[in-house]
Amino acid sequence: MATVTTAPLEALEESWYEPPGLISWFTTVDHKRIGMKYLVTALVFFVFGGIESLIIRAQLAGPNLHVVNPEAYNQLFSMHGVTMMFLFATPVLSGFGNFFVPLMIGARDMAFPRLNAFGYWVFLAAGIFLYSAFLIGHAPDAGWFNYTPLSDAKFAPGINIDFYALGLVFVAISTTVGAINFIVTILKMRAPGMSINRIPIFVWGELAMSFAVVFALPPLTVACVLLELQRRFGFHFFDAGSGGDPLLWQHLFWIFGHPEVYIIVLPALGVVSAIIPTFVRRRMVGYTWIVVAEMATALIGFGVWTHHMFTTGLPQIALSFVSLVSFMITIPSGVQIFAWVATLVAGRPVLKTPMLFVIGFILVFVLGGLSGVMFAAIPFDAQVHDTYFVVAHFHYVMVGAVIFPLFGALYYWLPKMTGKMMDERWGKVSFWTIFVGFNLAFFPMHIAGILGQPRRTYTYPGGLGWAVPNLISSVGSFLLAAGILITFVNWAWSLCRGAAAPNDPWGGDTLEWATSSPPPEYNFETVPTVRSLEPVWDQPELRDGAQPPEKGGRILLGGHLTLSTSMLDGRPRAVVAMPHATAWPLVATVGLLFGFWGVVFGAYLLAGAGALLFAASMVGWYWPKGETQEG
Amino acid sequence: MLRGTPARRLCAPVRAQRWTAALVIGMALACLATACGDPASTPASMLNTAGPGANRVEHLWWLLFGISTAVFLFVAALIAAAIVRRRRPSAGDPSTDPGAEEVPRWGERFILVGGVVVPVLILSATFVLTLHEMSALAKPMRTTRLSVRVVGHLWWWEARYPNGAVTANEIHIPVGEPVRVELTTADVIHSFWVPELQTKIDQIPGHTNELWLQADKQGRYRGQCSQFCGLQHAHMIFFVVADPPALFQAWESGQAAPAAAPMSPAAAGGLAVFTSNTCAGCHAIRGTSAAATVGPDLTHVAGRATIASGTIDNTPANLAHWITDPQEVKPGAIMPPTQLSPTDLQDLVAYLQSLP
Repeated sequence: MATVTTAPLEALEESWYEPPGLISWFTTVDHKRIGMKYLVTALVFFVFGGIESLIIRAQLAGPNLHVVNPEAYNQLFSMHGVTMMFLFATPVLSGFGNFFVPLMIGARDMAFPRLNAFGYWVFLAAGIFLYSAFLIGHAPDAGWFNYTPLSDAKFAPGINIDFYALGLVFVAISTTVGAINFIVTILKMRAPGMSINRIPIFVWGELAMSFAVVFALPPLTVACVLLELQRRFGFHFFDAGSGGDPLLWQHLFWIFGHPEVYIIVLPALGVVSAIIPTFVRRRMVGYTWIVVAEMATALIGFGVWTHHMFTTGLPQIALSFVSLVSFMITIPSGVQIFAWVATLVAGRPVLKTPMLFVIGFILVFVLGGLSGVMFAAIPFDAQVHDTYFVVAHFHYVMVGAVIFPLFGALYYWLPKMTGKMMDERWGKVSFWTIFVGFNLAFFPMHIAGILGQPRRTYTYPGGLGWAVPNLISSVGSFLLAAGILITFVNWAWSLCRGAAAPNDPWGGDTLEWATSSPPPEYNFETVPTVRSLEPVWDQPELRDGAQPPEKGGRILLGGHLTLSTSMLDGRPRAVVAMPHATAWPLVATVGLLFGFWGVVFGAYLLAGAGALLFAASMVGWYWPKGETQEG
Repeated sequence: MLRGTPARRLCAPVRAQRWTAALVIGMALACLATACGDPASTPASMLNTAGPGANRVEHLWWLLFGISTAVFLFVAALIAAAIVRRRRPSAGDPSTDPGAEEVPRWGERFILVGGVVVPVLILSATFVLTLHEMSALAKPMRTTRLSVRVVGHLWWWEARYPNGAVTANEIHIPVGEPVRVELTTADVIHSFWVPELQTKIDQIPGHTNELWLQADKQGRYRGQCSQFCGLQHAHMIFFVVADPPALFQAWESGQAAPAAAPMSPAAAGGLAVFTSNTCAGCHAIRGTSAAATVGPDLTHVAGRATIASGTIDNTPANLAHWITDPQEVKPGAIMPPTQLSPTDLQDLVAYLQSLP
């Protein structure tokens, strides 16, 4: 840190200063603190979803058990799905994205810091909203897919499904604003010199995910609004008796639902592509292939929704096209797998904990991908559809492609985030416990499905050969939970006792390793100029901390500023003034939360008060502050 | 190579790798055991096929399984090779200069062949096979002579035959010929699935779906609803009973006939209990005044092996339990409890048991 003289550094410190203390966590717009909040909140929901799944596994450990009644079981598996999809898997990688995308592209913050804070608060509020349904004993109970007419007022007169429909509209706000923020940040805020062919693959993953979000979420929101109109005001969109069609719900849901899988998986695949080069000590083989594959996945993902509907009796000619696209979509995934394997084989991996999680991920993801290709063969799908074979498949893909990269990312990036190293030996113990527990929990489900066990049943009889695979699954699930717990304890231990993390503990290649651990509020003392895809490897001056001005580092004095650059070449275009800490995003969210509560309980006065609070907060948010855009 | 601490540090992963190898081999053996196991202990397995429909899919599965296993082993072998060539932990410190190692020239060709060319070949072949199987599976529908209408209800199955026979949760078909099944629902979405005979298809409000069933062996084949349909989705079980054609003819005409008049005083008392209580508000017994269609038709209820849609065996004790406290047997079931005096209950059970 020798190259920048102290006077500009003090000015930077002053203009980016955020006071410590509890209150600042409620007003901060720093992408790093917001990212940390995303991560921790999503992991808390992960624990909730995990506890739900353990109760499910206890209930299914043997035939005819009575751990919970059918009503509770249906709420548990529905909330397990809703929690894991909407409150854990999607936001948790937004946590890493928020923290690391600006660091990796050499920016000082996200493009819209207040919107970023708003996105987090809405995510938290939507989670509180959905879980408040549990507190009153009426959690959604028609599955995360919530098919009509089972979710119509006629068959589900309770308030449960209203929580589902409104909760998903609520959480979609968060996901959508987050995605827009990522798109603008990645396209407009990159460091000078970071042309489009020098964007780290993890950042590409976030970009592909964000585009998918922008196009995939609206059908879900529409579906939920239509359902609410039907439930409350007697509309007939999904009512076959009055000219509607229940299949409309399935189409709308899966037009969202299948891209959602890639929304979750793409950033996780990006994590894998971030970790591999560091631990193989080699550049990624086939960068362009991987980037094109990620974008292709996000695009083709919109053409396969009907493969969730192979048994609905749609015309065979239509289904055969979907079958073709479903076969096609495996090719981009295959490209990525072979690129990773090529890098692994060409280099020589160092088997530190993050790398173990990545190798575990590849094995699990390949297995899940292979059972996924099987579903494209329609006659086979029509046998195993809605059996435990499918449950096994998507847990291999979703747990495999989220938990393994996520835990790899925790070991890889937490030192950067907290400034403390995690314990390596316990990391390895955690990995093996998770890997063995995961396979024990989910592999036998393939067999249970082949033996004819349908999913979403609260119990099953003996004498069908289902008892043994279910018992193994239940034991495995508790082992998996233990492995996860070990990492959480390791994290807590590292905060108290962990060794201090250096700037670059692993020898990474991307810009986040060029700054201190944890990074300062302004991320980089000088906004670096990038000349390579692996800047920290190829530009030795970055390893010393700040890039000196003669090498291209920009200090950007004179306020709370960051650079905006051109989309393709990363040429500097403007200096942008960034907003300061503010409570308005939180106030707006509180207004929304009371608005949604008011609607769900039919307390329209409360809903009106919430809307008023939201409107007032918008006035405060946009109140002119006299800051300039040009520095 | 260093001895001492680093070597000891490497021990844990090596041991764990052995455990993992054991796990993988164990799982492979479990698969084999499942595939070759005793069919009697897995009576709902899609690999104990008893008809041409499921049989085709079974062959497709083994092909897909073979391809998948080969691909998985290939990728796993490459990863194993990379792990064998791993670096000592000490070599991973930031001082090694990673930029010095060039990206190998074979890398992109490897991705092209392994990630694009070979998958395109395999997937194209599988897609063509899929189309072929779809068309082969559609054909027998054209040669069906008998057509059974099956209606899904919360949480039981109604089966109607062209000759007027109506039954529930037990669908009889003649052995050796394809039978058309027309599927609708009275309420929410259900899905009709007999794994040993045929793939599944959903029953959706406003739609009529069809499939054909053919059993080549006499027997009882377990079916179950496979689309989540609420509280008792787990207990929406049925059986397809395949009989030799002559036996089937006799069964079908027997089921179309009205119920026999009560032969004993107890049964006569039971009929009176049935018609004067809430039973007749939901159930029909053809030949009596009970003609409601909310619950299963009970005209020949004694001929069925189970009650409550495969939940419990059809024994006098179970029947009495079901009548008096259905919510304990099947929580959430639509059937309300019925309070009867012990004699009335006995008579009612005797009557229902006399309806073959």
